[in-house]
Amino acid sequence: MTGIMNEYQSYGDGSQIGTEQLLSLYRVMARIRLVELKIESLYHLDEMKTPIHLSLGEEAVAAGVCAHLHPEDLIFSSHRSHAHYLAKGGDLKAMIAELYCKETGCAKGRGGSMHLIDVSVGHLGSSAIVGGSIPHAVGAALAFMMQDKKSVAVSFLGDAASEEGVFFESMSLAALKRLPVVFVCENNFYSVCSHISARQPNPDIAMRARAFDIPAVKVDGMDAGQVFMKAGDAIHQARQGSGPYVLECCVQRWRAHAGAGDPLREKYRAPQDLKPEWMRDPLADLEQVLRSQRAVKETVFQEITGMLNGEIEEAFHYAQNGPLPRKEDLKKYLFA
Amino acid sequence: MPWTKLQIEREEPAFDENAGQDVRKLSFGEALREALDQALARDPRVYAMGQGIDDPGGIFGTTLGLREKYGPRRIFDTPLAEEATIGMAIGSAMAGLRPVSIHNRPDFLMMAMDQIVNAASKWCYMFSGQVPIPLVIRACIGRGWGSAAQHSQSLHGLFTHVPGLKIVMPSTAYDAKGLFIASVADPNPVLFIEHRWLYQHKGYVPQDVYAVPFGQGTVKRPGRDITVIAISHMVIESLRAAEQLEKKGISLEVIDPRTLCPFDEGLLLKSLEKTGKLMVADVDWKTSGFAAEVVALAAEKGFSFLKKPPVRVCLPDIPTPASYVLEEAFYPGVADIVAAAERLMA
Repeated sequence: MTGIMNEYQSYGDGSQIGTEQLLSLYRVMARIRLVELKIESLYHLDEMKTPIHLSLGEEAVAAGVCAHLHPEDLIFSSHRSHAHYLAKGGDLKAMIAELYCKETGCAKGRGGSMHLIDVSVGHLGSSAIVGGSIPHAVGAALAFMMQDKKSVAVSFLGDAASEEGVFFESMSLAALKRLPVVFVCENNFYSVCSHISARQPNPDIAMRARAFDIPAVKVDGMDAGQVFMKAGDAIHQARQGSGPYVLECCVQRWRAHAGAGDPLREKYRAPQDLKPEWMRDPLADLEQVLRSQRAVKETVFQEITGMLNGEIEEAFHYAQNGPLPRKEDLKKYLFA
Repeated sequence: MPWTKLQIEREEPAFDENAGQDVRKLSFGEALREALDQALARDPRVYAMGQGIDDPGGIFGTTLGLREKYGPRRIFDTPLAEEATIGMAIGSAMAGLRPVSIHNRPDFLMMAMDQIVNAASKWCYMFSGQVPIPLVIRACIGRGWGSAAQHSQSLHGLFTHVPGLKIVMPSTAYDAKGLFIASVADPNPVLFIEHRWLYQHKGYVPQDVYAVPFGQGTVKRPGRDITVIAISHMVIESLRAAEQLEKKGISLEVIDPRTLCPFDEGLLLKSLEKTGKLMVADVDWKTSGFAAEVVALAAEKGFSFLKKPPVRVCLPDIPTPASYVLEEAFYPGVADIVAAAERLMA
């Protein structure tokens, strides 16, 4: 645990979560992990001609939050959106095809990796403007209220997005109208290469919600059980009509802001983040819990990994062999 | 704001598009109110919000009584948070609603440029048509009584530069209603830019719901010598100038494009073929503005028709001054259009 992690209150060890539920979280996180590693391993071939912002190390947040969402709940995300897309149930083949800029991609090659979309599972498109999608979640929540739906909107934002004025405006609007929206701040402490200590006089993001009387908690985002429990409370309250909620999930960004690996890590990471013990692994930790406390057998993990690898191979094959967009269609889709 | 009304009544003569005709007449402002009322009545997905929407003044009268009629869920006041408000409108449009976001002045839309330029205009293209954004943003250009540099800009030239937005600028009561109905029905983001000095002008407005289609300009006054593409309040000024010029034997063909995006190129070229001379009268700055775009279009597609270099009657490239004596020097009007026409005919 790093210094900041010591500040967390304890929310229990996840012992109230059933084994099936933990296994389900594990499957979602492992899927994100294996997809990201595969993308990273092939990125140097320059066939995926789009910037990538890997979610490695941050899998528990997407999985723990989306586990509580229904298909008709809507999520809104950012440039680092692979994990959110997959956790909400987004189609893997269409995602990988989008990274290969193919017509078979989820945005037909018009969006690229920063603009994933899968309308069928409640993902209406992510924005690469930092903070840009925060008010969209508020708007979706407004629509739910006006349509008398019991749905919830989730805004996934990063620590840098929490610095934008629109975050404060959005919290204010959501609180004013008691809208069913949960702001999930995935705080990885870095905006590209700038540490939060260089950007904020007070690095506590959750406390910003207090000005709007919005309940907020700080969560260890490297602990899938904790995220699952706290996200469950937040989403349940929003769905019951209590209004917005802020979750600050502290995580580790394993890789650089963009691209594969983190070749400049020695030059910008804070000294404590360069120590070997800094790195925690939410997936391995969850696996350990399942093995030691729930007696889940080795064969179960082997089976999950085998199935996921098969699915991922198939998705890459689909993406690599799909058609490219046609130049004649350059101007298509400007207007509906 | 009674003081602005006083000044407009003093400086802007009454205008009746259908003077002498015994038809149903509404003011521009009343037509807008009727259009919003009918849009709300027709479609339960439509809602309207804006700072002061339920004020006693009711956004220059255009929203009066609508909160009482449709309730606070569909007509509501907003905080001064333009970026989140328009972002919220966009999110609600994604989720199936038809928002109308009303702003006192285009100047304040600058606070929401990110959402307008980076989100609303791009969502349809960026996601291959899967999530269109049916959104109407209304804003009203101010003028006079020392409104000065930050309360009197039109800024439509900034927006016409951005692909993916539709830009609507009506000049008459009839068009205000019909274009507003069309804007709410359109599945794309629409900027609906009004002019404060048009609100009391009257004209024929049918009671029934009707839509004025986008991309179809209208000949407000046929003529033979000079094609005048006039925008918003400059349509009225051009019609006044045309009357004066007729006495001098110069005939203006005044065209109101009504929508800038899409723009009715065909109507421009057809008129140019007849007149061979082009004037563009706009309520925005001259440099890199929409007037420049119209002249460029004429050069690209109607070069062979042109007998004289085109002229632009626009705002000078400076911020709006406050002092009334400087305002008089700043705003082009009838006299500038007359002088420009005489130069074109010399």
